[in-house]
Amino acid sequence: MSFLDTFNRLDWNEIKLSIASKTAADVEQALSDRRLNHDQFLALISPAASPYLELMAKKSLQLTRQRFGNTIQLYIPLYLSNKCTNICTYCGFSLGNKIRRKTLSMDDLDAEIKAIKAHGFEHLLLVTGEAPGTVGMDYFRQVLPKLRMHFSHISMEVQPLDQSDYEELMSLGLDAVLVYQETYHRPTYNKVHLRGSKADFDYRLETPDRLGKAGIDKIGIGALIGLEDWRTDAAMVAAHLDYLEKTYWRTRYSISFPRLRPCEGELNPVSLISDRQLVQLICAYRLFKPEAELSLSTRESARFRDNVLPLGVTTMSAFSSTQPGGYVNDEFLEHTALEQFAIDDNRRPEQVADAIKARGLEAVWKDWDGCYSH
Amino acid sequence: MLKIADKLFNSRLFTGTGKFQNRQAMTEAIIASDSELVTMALKRVDLYSQDDDILEPLLQQPHINLLPNTSGARDAKEAVYAAQLAREALQTNWLKLEIHPDPKYLLPDPIETLKACEQLAQQGFIVLPYIHADPVLCKHLEEAGAAAVMPLGSPIGSNLGLKTREFLQIIIEQTQVPVVVDAGIGSPSDAALAMELGADAVLVNTAIAVSPNPVAMAIAFKEAVSAGRRAYEAGLGSRSLEAQASSPLTAFLDDM
Repeated sequence: MSFLDTFNRLDWNEIKLSIASKTAADVEQALSDRRLNHDQFLALISPAASPYLELMAKKSLQLTRQRFGNTIQLYIPLYLSNKCTNICTYCGFSLGNKIRRKTLSMDDLDAEIKAIKAHGFEHLLLVTGEAPGTVGMDYFRQVLPKLRMHFSHISMEVQPLDQSDYEELMSLGLDAVLVYQETYHRPTYNKVHLRGSKADFDYRLETPDRLGKAGIDKIGIGALIGLEDWRTDAAMVAAHLDYLEKTYWRTRYSISFPRLRPCEGELNPVSLISDRQLVQLICAYRLFKPEAELSLSTRESARFRDNVLPLGVTTMSAFSSTQPGGYVNDEFLEHTALEQFAIDDNRRPEQVADAIKARGLEAVWKDWDGCYSH
Repeated sequence: MLKIADKLFNSRLFTGTGKFQNRQAMTEAIIASDSELVTMALKRVDLYSQDDDILEPLLQQPHINLLPNTSGARDAKEAVYAAQLAREALQTNWLKLEIHPDPKYLLPDPIETLKACEQLAQQGFIVLPYIHADPVLCKHLEEAGAAAVMPLGSPIGSNLGLKTREFLQIIIEQTQVPVVVDAGIGSPSDAALAMELGADAVLVNTAIAVSPNPVAMAIAFKEAVSAGRRAYEAGLGSRSLEAQASSPLTAFLDDM
């Protein structure tokens, strides 16, 4: 059994219709309950919930502060390689894009570690393109023990792996894995993933199951906003989270809601989401799962991030470079030849921390200790 | 005074360091609370830096005893390892043992907690285990060498108060080590009630840290704990649904 069995029973069009038919009464009922079911979540992401946004935001803020306190946890992505064997129509790393390719050597890695540590980060997210021949298990076996010595918490956003691979990486110090389905709409998924192992929808969909069985501490899931109708994709993410929480109850979960950003080989989003709707989505996730970590990346503008951060978000990246080797040169933001996508919030870590402080919150650089990863 | 292991405490209000909006708010609230035992999550602090935002201000307060906790540990093995690191770095053998493999409600694992308590007590730790309000488990932990027990009032951070009240009363009645009610205490009245029931102390974090005015809330808790303890020591009157007339109906018999 895996989520695939549950997923195959979900009907995309039926859920889409259900969201569209929600009424003000459905929204009010959802807002009055302490623990929401999936149908109530659909009400909160529906157009009918739009007039209730302020109330949703207030409840979301209160639940977030109660559960997570007055804190926002910071992390930084480390791009290990932009090599990729997939052709995906929305990604800068796509095989067809004529960009310079680079994979960090161990010396490059040392330099990146030094540059990142100088900014105080303890939580690291490792990112690669999907090129198992270059950045596969052999590479990870070299990289993880080295990073483990320097950082308190290590997450990965790389190609889906087998359960035994995850178990081995956990023994080397891996704490969390993020794996986004991009879209849960199978026909669209097939349309945007033209070549490479990423085209295997089912293997990707079952990745959180393999992680749960491996006993990983944290799993991040989400959908890329822009590939399909965002409301229905969000409903699928919520169903996935519901399933995972009940099945792998020892694991923590995080949700991301990345909006498509400009990149090499750009694809025009088919489903635009406004700032107002993104706030609605964040608050709906918070009301649905008060204990889930909600993460906001530097894809969003500084102004949007500052305003939305008190409302439900618990985790933010800062000072991100989406290109391998991007931190060694302090002026890296000027050099974008290798990047996956263009970031929007270019502020330095201390500026982000100051913005968090200005909202009456504390920037937390360390919220996990490597001793729990042994 | 409250005695746990070899230490005497004037205050029966223990506090925590999590969820505050900054270091200053945390420090001021803890000082205002008069708390002498303050817990901090090992996963949050930099054990090897004297400048750590949580540790540094606490180390400056001579009356404050540090109570490192193992929040984040999912089994006995992780908790024991974390405890050993904390003892080495902080030079204290006091430990709040927290093992919660359930990240949703953060409910403690009784089996792993008992296992870890046995090992840690043998290694010389002063162990204060965070547990569900389970009277039988409390007796097992006592036998395993726990210096106190810390049953929850309701799920951690929930502010729901003493949902486990009946079981807390059994624990207080039966247990021979101090009982510190931990988790779920959302208001000073909850804390006062726990003290009236006979708890030896309470630990409060979220309700103070997340308050719009943490210092004022810390003072409110301090006063509530003090009032609750005084009421317990004075002896509360018994309760009855029937009226107890001040001029009893059979008083005439005394005159006969």
